[in-house]
Amino acid sequence: MRPIRLATAWLSGCSGCHMSLLNLHHHLLELLLKCELVYSPLADIKEYPAGVDIALVEGAVGNADNREMAALIRERTVWVVSLGDCAVNGNVSGLRNPIGREAALAAAYPAENGSHQRFGSDVPLLLPRVLPLHQVIRVDAFIPGCPPLPEDISRMLASFFKQPAAGG
Amino acid sequence: MGTSVMGNNIDAAENLPDYPELKQLLGRTTLPGHELIELLHAAQQQYGHLDQPLLGQIARSLKLPESLVYGVASFYHAFRLEPPGRTRCAVCTGTSCHIKGGTRLLEQLQQLLDPACGGSSGDSRLSLESVRCLGACGMAPLVRIEQSSTPARLYSQMTPDLTLNLLQSAMEGGLPPGEALAPVRLLGPASQRIVLANCGAIDPDSLASARAAGAYTALEQSLRRMSPDQVCGQIRDSGLRGRGGGGYPTGLKWELVRSAPGKRKFVVANGDEGDPGAFMDRTLMELDPHRVLEGMAIAGFATGADHGFIYVRGEYPLAARRLRAAIAEAESAACLGRNIFGTPFTFQVRVRIGAGAFVCGEETALMASIMGRRGQPVIRPPYPAQHGLWGRPTLINNVETFGCVAPIILKGAAWFSSIGTPGNNGTKVFSISGDVTVAGVVEVPLGTPLRQILEMAGGVTGGDFKAAQTGGASGGCITAEHLDIPVDYDSLTGLGTIMGSGGMIIINDRRCMVDLARFFMRFCQSESCGKCTPCRAGTEQALRLLDALCSGEADLEQLERLEELCHLMRETSLCGLGMAAPNPVLSTLRWFRQEYLDHLRNGHCPAGVCRRGAAPCRD
Amino acid sequence: MPRLKLSIDGIPVSAGPGATILQAARANGIDIATLCHLKGLIPAGACRICIVEVAGGRRPVPACATRAESGMVITTASERLQAARRQIVELLLAERNHQCPVCVMNNNCELQAVARRFGIDHVRYGFIAPTLTVDISHERFGLDHNRCILCRRCVRVCDQVEGAHTWDVRARGTASRIISDLARPWGESGSCTGCGKCVQACPTGALFEKDVQGTRKGTLCLEKLLEWRRRRTR
Repeated sequence: MRPIRLATAWLSGCSGCHMSLLNLHHHLLELLLKCELVYSPLADIKEYPAGVDIALVEGAVGNADNREMAALIRERTVWVVSLGDCAVNGNVSGLRNPIGREAALAAAYPAENGSHQRFGSDVPLLLPRVLPLHQVIRVDAFIPGCPPLPEDISRMLASFFKQPAAGG
Repeated sequence: MGTSVMGNNIDAAENLPDYPELKQLLGRTTLPGHELIELLHAAQQQYGHLDQPLLGQIARSLKLPESLVYGVASFYHAFRLEPPGRTRCAVCTGTSCHIKGGTRLLEQLQQLLDPACGGSSGDSRLSLESVRCLGACGMAPLVRIEQSSTPARLYSQMTPDLTLNLLQSAMEGGLPPGEALAPVRLLGPASQRIVLANCGAIDPDSLASARAAGAYTALEQSLRRMSPDQVCGQIRDSGLRGRGGGGYPTGLKWELVRSAPGKRKFVVANGDEGDPGAFMDRTLMELDPHRVLEGMAIAGFATGADHGFIYVRGEYPLAARRLRAAIAEAESAACLGRNIFGTPFTFQVRVRIGAGAFVCGEETALMASIMGRRGQPVIRPPYPAQHGLWGRPTLINNVETFGCVAPIILKGAAWFSSIGTPGNNGTKVFSISGDVTVAGVVEVPLGTPLRQILEMAGGVTGGDFKAAQTGGASGGCITAEHLDIPVDYDSLTGLGTIMGSGGMIIINDRRCMVDLARFFMRFCQSESCGKCTPCRAGTEQALRLLDALCSGEADLEQLERLEELCHLMRETSLCGLGMAAPNPVLSTLRWFRQEYLDHLRNGHCPAGVCRRGAAPCRD
Repeated sequence: MPRLKLSIDGIPVSAGPGATILQAARANGIDIATLCHLKGLIPAGACRICIVEVAGGRRPVPACATRAESGMVITTASERLQAARRQIVELLLAERNHQCPVCVMNNNCELQAVARRFGIDHVRYGFIAPTLTVDISHERFGLDHNRCILCRRCVRVCDQVEGAHTWDVRARGTASRIISDLARPWGESGSCTGCGKCVQACPTGALFEKDVQGTRKGTLCLEKLLEWRRRRTR
């Protein structure tokens, strides 16, 4: 049996969900016996590879890069999991939605004319609204929580490992 | 809430320095605290709008909590909390006006007028607003222009250019004459009319004219020769069913109120014809007010009630004026009021004016509104027949139902039940509009085929027949293959729609059914009282899903979500508004599912009505 | 009056005359989730979370506001009911801005508890994200419209128990907002007695006490208060 190809990704979030993942402590070792970590902000891998079995995605879809990444993840992954409240419902990343993108930018990066500063093309464009992951791509499972409990993460992974198709 | 009923004039000796006229207005109220809505109407007429100090003064004078007064004033759309523009332009957004471009007209005017006049708030020269169906569907799309100096005028078949010209002249002080009132066309053979028999034949402002046509003879006959039980029996045997849409046996309702314990009982006539595209009740109340009042008095005699309320939609000022005049004249001739026709029977009727809330057609919301509160439905049971106005047994019928009463008493139950089809006795009044040659009102025996009704309106215009929308925002549609169906309560229910109060919109094949469903959902969303979750949040989400469909952004999953929401609203809403809100969507999905599928992402609007990038747009 | 005999989820139960279905169920250890219901207040039947099926009935009825009758056969947790409840909670979660981690009531919230109970791990409807205000003009309390679910427990407790009727609802539909007096800031209210019952009654973080550790909610027994008030007015 080949190892399960596991990816984790980080969109508009605070990395707290990845901290929860690390809080699996010694269970991480068991996890890595079953899985191969093929993409993650915790590892130095530049490109999201093809043929991923399961992806844990932290963070909401808040900018153009996030949206592109989400589409790539969906295309190359069998099982996509929303990890944590930002991915599940926007949460803190979505706090700007009620006031709108322009007002949020003007508050954070004020310019003299009352608007906001201009950004170069290397800064990804903020979307008008922050969206939960499942409103951008199809999502197969959800682990809510801010941050999600490590136990919930291991329970979710265990349920995936039990699936006949997993790693097959 | 308060339990006092029918008190004396309150001693409004309060100090009202800022609003000297308010004291006079207060002096007219006889049910302090319960005539809040009446007082708000009067105060708005006096002062133009209801600002916070005025509302505070009203609260203190009526000894009501301030938040309650503000809650009521802000609940009803007719009350303005901000000063309006000196010229007020309202675009009708009824069903006929919508399909003939009223909604688009409003959007275009908003774009055209926005920078010029600074919107509609503040002390601007001009304000633009949408107005709920004015019941003048033959004039669609309809614009109403009001200025403080002149009464409201109506203008038919409007376009943005025509409206702009009108507004230009209005602001220069020379508004061209429009219709002061929307004329009603009576269609179909006059010989079939029972409820509307006198409409158009008598002078509605004259009791003598109505008496000459037989008004109040049924009441006199009941009082002199019949017992209340006999009257109830006649109504029961006639097989009359509620004409407001429910179709509940009227006689049964009367007997329930009659047998309910309690010394004081009430009769309420529901004339809050809120469905967009319905103007049957308006026709009856405007053209033969005595017929409704007589029916109410007979009901009062039969059930043991001595007070009646007739709740008239706020958009029908003429109906309210004529009813008030009719009550005064009938009372002076002892046809109503104390000791009617010299008998011990006393029955007093008060007119209550609605304030722009569709939900007040629901009977518990209607009662809340009559008692001067927010029109929020409460859970039944207990039913009004046991626990109604001020906790007393209350009979609530539609005005058209009351319109059937006098003929039944005069000609007998057997005669009435010989008309129509079994289980659907008598006639029904329909207002027919939309894509028809002549919009108007018809009265036909129940069970008349839809095709015949359509012919009375001169047939379809602008294309071929696609559907007839019945029952308004609570109803559904009938397709071309069912044109020969007999129109009655049961066969329409079989088709997944309802007869409702009798509004009928004819739709030709150039109209988009998804757009129509969205129109009704928008209506329900803006009319939801906000009390229960499925209706308040469900209509909002359903509207968003329909918006996504119409702009070509929805996928199949969202269509499933919409259907699921519709079932939730139908199953779990608190009152009839929420339960029926999904009906137009479910009905159009049933008969025109392909149109919905065509609207999905990468699809198109077959009728070319919904505007979006790649769609073949008609305009 | 004889006790009522009915069946709830297949269990034969009895209840005192006049009891609601909810009272009958809870007295017999069958819990039905509620939101707008609060012991001691007149039921509103508004949130529709507590809907149950009565055999022979056309549609579900709210357990909090429907009287139990002898012979009723009631189902409280069919698949259809659970699905409807999940939908209703999702509608509430999507309606305003419920970000639990930054809410004073996180882990003490009735809305959150109900969502957890029904296993809601995500919301299928679009988040409306309305722009709403927070009123902290009152000396001791605050009102955050972002968390309000329009259950009107505050309105009812202020009217029915405190007798002040400071709170009411303005406008209608999704535009409905809880208001104090003439829709003025709470701190300027002339009718508010500052008793804090509305804060206690609020199921979410919409009404909160300022500058305190923890929420201090749930420390008040409304039934005892009501009893005390009855004695006082007698």
